[in-house]
Amino acid sequence: MTKSPVLILGARSDIGMAVAHAYAAQGHPVQLAARNAGNLEPQKTDLELRHGVPVSLHEFDALALDYHERFAGALPELPGIAVCAVGFMGEQGESEISPAAAARVLRSNFEGPASILSVLASRFEQRGSGTLVGISSVAGDRGRATNYVYGAAKAGFTAFLSGLRNRLARKGVHVVTVLPGFVATQMTEGMDLPDKLTAQPEEVARAITEATAKQKNIVYVRPVWRLIMLIIRSIPEAVFKKMSI
Amino acid sequence: MRRLSGWGNYPVSQAQLLAPRSEAELQGLIASNPSVIARGNGRAYGDSAVGVPATLHMRHFDKMISFDAQTGLLVAESGVLLGDIISAFLPRGWFPAVVPGTKFVTLGGAIAADVHGKNHHKDGSFRSCLDWVEVMGPDGTVRRCSPQENTELFNWTAGGMGLTGVILRAAIRLRRVSSAWIRQQTIPAANLHAAIEIFERSAAATYSVAWIDCLAGGGRLGRSLVMLGEHAGLQDLSYDQAARPFAIPRFGSRTVPPVFPSFALNRFSVRAFNAAYFWTGARKAGRQITDFDSYFFPLDALLGWNRIYGRKGFAQFQCVLPLDSARPGLRALLQAISAAGQGSFLAVLKRLGAQDSPFSFPMEGYTLALDFPVNRRSLQLMQDLDRITIAHGGRFYLAKDSRMSRDTLHAADSRAAEFAGMRQLSGMHPSFQSAQSQRLSL
Ligand SMILES: Cc1cc2nc3c(=O)[nH]c(=O)nc-3n(C[C@H](O)[C@H](O)[C@H](O)COP(=O)(O)OP(=O)(O)OC[C@H]3O[C@@H](n4cnc5c(N)ncnc54)[C@H](O)[C@@H]3O)c2cc1C
Ligand SMILES: NC(=O)c1ccc[n+]([C@@H]2O[C@H](COP(=O)([O-])OP(=O)(O)OC[C@H]3O[C@@H](n4cnc5c(N)ncnc54)[C@H](OP(=O)(O)O)[C@@H]3O)[C@@H](O)[C@H]2O)c1
Repeated sequence: MTKSPVLILGARSDIGMAVAHAYAAQGHPVQLAARNAGNLEPQKTDLELRHGVPVSLHEFDALALDYHERFAGALPELPGIAVCAVGFMGEQGESEISPAAAARVLRSNFEGPASILSVLASRFEQRGSGTLVGISSVAGDRGRATNYVYGAAKAGFTAFLSGLRNRLARKGVHVVTVLPGFVATQMTEGMDLPDKLTAQPEEVARAITEATAKQKNIVYVRPVWRLIMLIIRSIPEAVFKKMSI
Repeated sequence: MRRLSGWGNYPVSQAQLLAPRSEAELQGLIASNPSVIARGNGRAYGDSAVGVPATLHMRHFDKMISFDAQTGLLVAESGVLLGDIISAFLPRGWFPAVVPGTKFVTLGGAIAADVHGKNHHKDGSFRSCLDWVEVMGPDGTVRRCSPQENTELFNWTAGGMGLTGVILRAAIRLRRVSSAWIRQQTIPAANLHAAIEIFERSAAATYSVAWIDCLAGGGRLGRSLVMLGEHAGLQDLSYDQAARPFAIPRFGSRTVPPVFPSFALNRFSVRAFNAAYFWTGARKAGRQITDFDSYFFPLDALLGWNRIYGRKGFAQFQCVLPLDSARPGLRALLQAISAAGQGSFLAVLKRLGAQDSPFSFPMEGYTLALDFPVNRRSLQLMQDLDRITIAHGGRFYLAKDSRMSRDTLHAADSRAAEFAGMRQLSGMHPSFQSAQSQRLSL
């Protein structure tokens, strides 16, 4: 039996690439979508050599909303699983003073990913099958002074995924929300993250393939994050606003 | 800055671990730091892959680049693990021509240490399966070197412990195999003399290695289990195995708890373990079919086993003695170890073949390797072993060393001074330095 292709949106991301390897290892063909897709040629060759599956490259910009329909239509085959790893942290300080910078963070984490997943959702709905995986963030569970613009965008994306899941639940299409906690990637390089709370991209990839196979709805990669966020969400606002966490 | 060490968790240094993602970034780091050293997967025991202040982790250079299914030539970046090469190509009938005792080493680490496998007596060290290597030098220039091109650089890079530059890519030849199984023959040897006899008789075997009980003394000094191996052909396999010759049943791997209490590893538990291992092995002696993982990489099934030695860490002693002094030399080493009562789970004896590269570890003769938990007594014992090795014309394996003195190395190995001189003249020193190269004046 030939397996259905897996589409990775934001494929250059460390998490996205780890997901590509995990699915390729299971024998799935892989479609890598990213900005400047052409320079992912070495990654394509590596995936093909290691796993013996076909890999294709697709130019994709999450912010180019007008092209999302055309992008989906041009895929060689409608994927069975689509994973959106697009994200952009930006600088909180810059987001506070520059509306343009804030808009870019909001659009890269919310508007763009929501748009492309909507486009794919309709096609999956029509077909009556498929899984959409959105990588959101625990930063969206409560806004904090240190990264609330990014957090707000992720909060929007999390709500969007939950609504999408609700809409498609009886249409044979499943939606997974991934809340990774800290992950050691390009995005967090140079930050001083606590080892015990920090996952490797491969762990996130494993969590995603498992969640997809078991049709889980919301996954925290390291279970401790579920507890941490439970506590953080339950702190009264009057107290929370004076805390620096 | 973070705590950084090798596989033995000893010694520990404070170092910066940088993980460049491109050649340009790598060039920048070489230029902007007083010195750097490349790090693969950190399986060298001591401080070979620890650079103070800056260590360059090669994990992002992990792409396979091309494979020729006619010749078995694989081109890959230096951060690719031998284990990944096996996962990708064994199902298609190919296996690395030389593998060390763990598959969790990178291509770069295998080249830099010029690792030897259980087939060294027959096939030589890792360099013998290399077509070419690309190395970034102190000036940031990438040079391709091979036995034909930039020969000097090639010769010093294989076995050069990262001190000639950063290895970026290499072309290695894989060997064809017809299954993932090994035809193993286990032969018990009552003492050292018998073990050596078996090795000398078994020169035709593709793979050979002995586990040696370093705690047995007297007439049983050097009692061993010699394990010979051949890649199994379809005719050697059961009907089920032959139907899918590259499918190995998965047992899963176990993980050692983060820090295993070191009191669990005292002289009595090791003695009991060794005796039990010997007698079980002796009872199972004879021929059997074993999967490649159990034959080549028995310890890999126990992930993180280096933690069983506890926080203080452990050190490995590995030397090679030339053929003509191997018997008296090994006898003297084993007597010292057995008298001190400080053996380990993992003592390995192996016959090595001839080697003609300028700075690689192997030489025709016998190599002995064993682990010790780090403490005052074991460090003292290892110094005694150093002296015995030097007295018998032997030398030491840098990939295992974590505590040798500069004088010991230079007394054992006249090549070290030549290597250090070449490094000075070429500018490889000071650009590339590890904590080990500083300790040993390389
Ligand atoms: C359980 C076990 C069994 C072993 N058995 C054997 C054996 O049978 N035979 C044998 O020969 N060895 C053996 N070894 C040693 C091991 O094979 C070597 O230490 C090997 O170099 C480790 O590779 P690594 O990728 O982990 O490299 P590291 O430990 O990270 O580095 C080792 C050396 O290679 C250099 N290096 C790494 N990558 C690069 C690069 N890209 N460019 C330049 N230099 C680089 C480093 O600077 C350092 O000097 C064993 C080790 C263990 C833990
Ligand atoms: N690392 C963490 O701790 C962490 C924690 C929680 C959630 N996450 C989320 O996990 C996802 C993956 O991130 P990562 O950690 O792997 O970091 P990453 O390597 O920085 O990945 C982010 C990716 O998003 C892509 N991207 C950004 N804007 C884009 C656009 N307009 N169009 C197309 N692609 C775009 C980037 O592509 P380019 O290469 O083209 O720039 C980059 O590959 C992100 O959604 C992130 O928010 C990460």
